[in-house]
Amino acid sequence: MGVAIRAEGLVKRYGSVVALDGMSLQVEEATVLGLLGPNGAGKTTAVRVLTTLLDPDSGTAEVAGFDVRRHPDEVRRRIGLSGQYAAIDEYLTGRENLQMVGRLYHLGKAHSRERAAELLERFDLVDAGDRIAKTYSGGMRRRLDLAASLVASPPVLFLDEPTTGLDPRSRLGMWDVISGLVRDGTTVLLTTQYLEEADRLADTIAVVDHGRVIASGTADELKSQVGGDRLDLVVTAGSPLETAAAVLSAICGVAPTVDQHSRRLLGPVAGGAGTLIEAIRLLDEAGVGIDDLALRRPSLDDVFLSLTGHHSEDETVAPTSRRQRRQAERSTS
Amino acid sequence: MTLLAPEKVSSRLSHAVNDSLVLTMRHLRHIPRIPELLVFSIVQPIMFVLLFAFVFGGAIQVAGGGYRSYLMAGIFAQTVAFNGASTGVGLAEDMAKGLIDRFRSLPMARSAVLAGRTLSDLLRTVLILIVMSVCGLAVGWRTHTSALSITGGFLLLLLFGFAMSWIGAWIGLIVPSTEVANTAGFIWLFPLTFMSNAFVPIQTMPSWLQTVVAWNPISATVQAVRTAFGNTGVAPTRGFWPLEHAAVVSVGWSIVLIVGFGVLAVRRYRTASSR
Ligand SMILES: Nc1ncnc2c1ncn2[C@@H]1O[C@H](COP(=O)(O)OP(=O)(O)OP(=O)(O)O)[C@@H](O)[C@H]1O
Ligand SMILES: [Mg+2]
Repeated sequence: MGVAIRAEGLVKRYGSVVALDGMSLQVEEATVLGLLGPNGAGKTTAVRVLTTLLDPDSGTAEVAGFDVRRHPDEVRRRIGLSGQYAAIDEYLTGRENLQMVGRLYHLGKAHSRERAAELLERFDLVDAGDRIAKTYSGGMRRRLDLAASLVASPPVLFLDEPTTGLDPRSRLGMWDVISGLVRDGTTVLLTTQYLEEADRLADTIAVVDHGRVIASGTADELKSQVGGDRLDLVVTAGSPLETAAAVLSAICGVAPTVDQHSRRLLGPVAGGAGTLIEAIRLLDEAGVGIDDLALRRPSLDDVFLSLTGHHSEDETVAPTSRRQRRQAERSTS
Repeated sequence: MTLLAPEKVSSRLSHAVNDSLVLTMRHLRHIPRIPELLVFSIVQPIMFVLLFAFVFGGAIQVAGGGYRSYLMAGIFAQTVAFNGASTGVGLAEDMAKGLIDRFRSLPMARSAVLAGRTLSDLLRTVLILIVMSVCGLAVGWRTHTSALSITGGFLLLLLFGFAMSWIGAWIGLIVPSTEVANTAGFIWLFPLTFMSNAFVPIQTMPSWLQTVVAWNPISATVQAVRTAFGNTGVAPTRGFWPLEHAAVVSVGWSIVLIVGFGVLAVRRYRTASSR
C-alpha cells in the first residue's frame, strides 16, 4: 500500500509563536490518521500546509504523490478540504453551493448537478437543499461544508474538526460517512480534540502538542505506552480517604492519586481480576465504604495526560456544552 | 517553470474563463437575495445627482453651459469610482468567511475569484449608470452629441470603474478585516475625486494644484466624458496636456491600473489566508 500523505520536518512560525515545530507524519492510502491535540497545538496549521493554503518556513510535504509547494495544482485536484469553520456561501442555497464547487472542480454542469443531489441526500439536507444557507443551523452548515469537500470524490480528504458542533446523531452519521469513504479507498486526515473520536475512527493516531507529533500509533499501542490497567475507586462519603489511600498503596506498590472533591482514587495495578477481589477484601477489612470500584484500561485521555502533562481540554477557552457536560459528570461522579 | 504545451495553455485559459463565469454567476445570484445592497447602491448616486443639482447647481458659474450638465460627468465618474472600490468589501467578506480558503484549495484559476468579482461589479455599475442617467435627465441634464459618442462616454466610465475595481480588489485582500475594508477601501477616494475637475473647473484652483489635478485619472475621465456628452461648456483645457488628450489618457490610465493592480491582487491572492 502506498503513502498518501507524507510530511517531514514542517516548521511554521508566526513571529515568536512556533505553530509547527518540525512536524512529521505519514498516512497510508485508505487509512485514517487522527491528529489529536489541544487548542493551539498546530493541527489547523498542519492541515493548511498540507492543503497548499500555507507555505511552511521549512520542511517538505507530499500529498497524493505531489509536492505541495512545487505542484500545488496537482495536489488540489486530488484533495477535499473541510476547514475548522464552515466555508459556505450564505446567499446561495445548499444545492447551489455544491454545484458551484463541482463547476470549480471542472466536473461539468450535468455531473455537478448530479453530485449535488447525491450529496444533499447523503447528508440529510434534501429538505433544506433549496433554501439559502443563511437559514441553516450550525450543524447543517457543517454538514454542507463537508459535503462540499466530497464533491469531486477526492482520494485524499482533510477534515479539520469535522464533528465539532454536531449533535450526537449527526456525529454518528458523520462517523459512518467517514468510515464508508475509507472503505472505498479514500485516505483521511482528520483533526480532533475528542479522544473517543480518534479512538473510534482513526487507524493511526498522532498526538500533537506544541507543533510536533509527540507520539503516534494505533489507539491500543498508545494506551499500552501509558502502562497497564488501573484501579479506580470511589469512596462513600464519610469514609476516610487516608485509609483508602493506604490500602491502595499496599495493593499498587505506589501511592494512588487522590481527588478529594470527587472522593476518587486511582492507582496502577499489574494483576487482573484477582486484584479487584483482593482490593474489595482489603478495603472491607479496613472499613472503607465503596461507592464504585473498577479496573480500567487507560483511556486516550490518560495517554494524553501522561504524554503532555496536561489534560486534552486544559486550554479550552470556550467550553462547548459537550465539554461542560463532561466536566459536570466528573465533578458529580 | 517549464514551458507549457499549447493545449495545456488553452485548457488553462478555458478553465480560467469557466471559473470566472461560475463566480460571476455566484454574485449575480446574490443580487436579488440581498436587495438592500442594490437599493442602497442605487439610492446613493440618485441622492448625489439631486444634491448637486439643487444645492450646488446654481452656485458655480460655468461659462457656456449650466452647472448641472457640467456636473453630471463628475458625478458619474465619482459613483463609478466608489462602486469599483466596493469590490474590496466583498472580497474581504469572502476572506473572513473562509470562502477564499475554500476556493484556494480547489484546482481553479488563481485569477478567477478576482475576475468573477470585478466582472459582476462591472455589471452592477452598468445598472447604476442607467438609473443615474434617467435621474439626470429628469433634473435637466442633456447630451448634445451623437449616439456613438455618448456610448463611447459610457464605455470610458465602465472601463474606469473596472480599473477602480481592481484597486479595490487589492485593498480587499491586504486589509485584515471587513471593517477595515469598509473604511480603507473608500477613504482614499475622497481626495482622489475632489482633487479633480469633477465638481469645479480646474482654473479655480491654485496653480500648484492644477498640475496634480490635471494628471489625476479622474480628471481625464471626466473631461473625456464631458466631451463625449457635449457637456464641456467652455471649460478650457489648454495648457494641460492630459486634459487635451483626455480620452486617450483616460483609457491609458485605466489599462495601466488594471494591469498593475491586477498583477498585485492576483499575487496577493495566491498567499491570501483567512488568518
Ligand atoms: N495567522 C496566525 N498568526 C499568528 N499566530 C497564529 C496564526 N495562525 C496560527 N497561529 C498560532 O499557531 C498556533 C497553532 O495554531 P493552530 O490553529 O494550528 O492550532 P490548532 O491545533 O488548530 O488549535 P485549535 O484546536 O484551537 O483549532 C497557535 O498558537 C496559534 O495562535
Ligand atoms: Mg484548529
